[in-house]
Amino acid sequence: MQSNKLGWILLAPTLVILFFFGVLPFLYVVFVSFHQWNPFAASPEMIFNGAENFRRIVFDDAFLSSLGVTVAFVVFAVLSELIIGYLLAQAFMKEFPGKSIFRTIHTLPLIMAPIIVGSVWKLMTTPSIGIIPHYLDEWFGITMNIGTSAPAAFLTIVIMDIWHWTPLVTLTLIAALVSLPRDPFEQAQIDGANKAQTFWHITLPMITPALVATIFIRLMDALRTVDEVWMLTGGGPGSSTRFLGVHIFKEVFPKTNYGYGSTISVIVLYLTIVVCWLLYVSMLAPRKNRKG
Amino acid sequence: MKKRNPLLITLFWVLVSLLTLFPIYWLFVISVKPAVQLFSTPDVIVSNPYWGNYTDVLGNRLLRSYMVNSMVISTGNAVLCTVLGFFTCYALSRFQFRGKESIFFWTITNRMAPPAVFLLPLFLLMTQVYRVEDFTLLDTRIGMILVYCTFNLPFAIWTLRPTIDAIPRELDEAAYVDGASPWKVITEIVFPLCRPGLAVTLILTWVFAWNEYLLAATLTNFEARTLTTGLSEYVTTTGTEWGIMATISVFTLIPALIVFGLVQKHIVAGLTFGAVKG
Repeated sequence: MQSNKLGWILLAPTLVILFFFGVLPFLYVVFVSFHQWNPFAASPEMIFNGAENFRRIVFDDAFLSSLGVTVAFVVFAVLSELIIGYLLAQAFMKEFPGKSIFRTIHTLPLIMAPIIVGSVWKLMTTPSIGIIPHYLDEWFGITMNIGTSAPAAFLTIVIMDIWHWTPLVTLTLIAALVSLPRDPFEQAQIDGANKAQTFWHITLPMITPALVATIFIRLMDALRTVDEVWMLTGGGPGSSTRFLGVHIFKEVFPKTNYGYGSTISVIVLYLTIVVCWLLYVSMLAPRKNRKG
Repeated sequence: MKKRNPLLITLFWVLVSLLTLFPIYWLFVISVKPAVQLFSTPDVIVSNPYWGNYTDVLGNRLLRSYMVNSMVISTGNAVLCTVLGFFTCYALSRFQFRGKESIFFWTITNRMAPPAVFLLPLFLLMTQVYRVEDFTLLDTRIGMILVYCTFNLPFAIWTLRPTIDAIPRELDEAAYVDGASPWKVITEIVFPLCRPGLAVTLILTWVFAWNEYLLAATLTNFEARTLTTGLSEYVTTTGTEWGIMATISVFTLIPALIVFGLVQKHIVAGLTFGAVKG
């Protein structure tokens, strides 16, 4: 056996970089969150103020509305992606000409930078440039203006997210469906189970691990959506699409209110981890009990 | 089982593919239109492409320097992350030490955190703490290369671990018996065997760094600004230069599309941390 010294030498650069750019920022943001600190205010130095920032956040309307919008977006987007993604994955299970080409095209949005996705959809939906408002108006007489209508802006962002990320769900679910054994399905057919029963009692339980992994990843990514929203609406109109990330990026950060901004960052980090973890546990635990 | 007409299924997929491709195509359409034609009836077919936006973007010194920055930062970061990820995985795979698996899992938590959360602390640390006299990491290429490690290095470690674990230890041990130095074993025996995995890691980390916007927008001002931040500079409340914006988007998209062909099969495994093999 070789000496562990070499192992540590190989690990050292990684640990040092992740310490300075991952761990230390985390500890630092927690530390600053207990202080009042605004370098451009009357008293620019850092003053310890205990849990005052955390008390303030509970009554901060801007933060709470941002939280509400984020939750609404995550629920709508991730649910739609799961449903559409599952249906498309099922459609991919059949054999048809050109399957691999269609699959390649379907994967394409995944490689695109979120900010480019935002830019693409901005060009599609901005009134007088975009093709969508133009034909909605010409064919159906519907006026769509993402710059002034909050529902239109919100809906556009949900559709944009579906366009961008459904392929991920489709591909993960294809991977899960392909690996399923055939026997239970044949048995169910013999027993005369209908499609809904087959889905509910056979397909769903068997793809649950893949489904949980997919939801987990989509949730984490949806919660941190910033770039495309910033590009498309800038968080507006008003604060109707100001998601948590956008809130930090455009509201908290430029105001140089570092103490309170850190508190918001800590809360957002905490919520992201807790939400994902709770979901993970709640979806896997009941299954384990049933089996046991 | 009902048999559906394969023609109908194909038609369905043609439709889905059009929905996927049209927005990207529209980006291209806007980029080859002169500004005066933008607000007329939207034509889907370009009969007379106008390349002025492309010459404008390529002729703009600032945008050219953003492109160079993007290239340098993504390439530097991808190489750094792949090499360090390789070393880390080799160490985790071949050596026994306490807390080994904790180190492995700890790295992924760095990737899970929303980057927006790190904006403020990274900005503060880079301006106030990580400094040598007047030199700070803010707005430097090396600074951005290191910052991108927070999400790309864990990613590299997670994708390379199975590759290195799959290489039999007996190979290393035989080489050691023959008197090879550890460095020689790593570079001449393990490294060549890992090449396919390393290539995928290199390409995917490169794309993630190339596509990043939020951290670059906050932690660079001028010297190290990247193409994605350059794009947002053309979107203002007073008036957006749509043609230029579309053209920069095309330029940002092209490298990712080229790379897409190379790693298409690995994208899903990449985006799901290997939880799902695509």
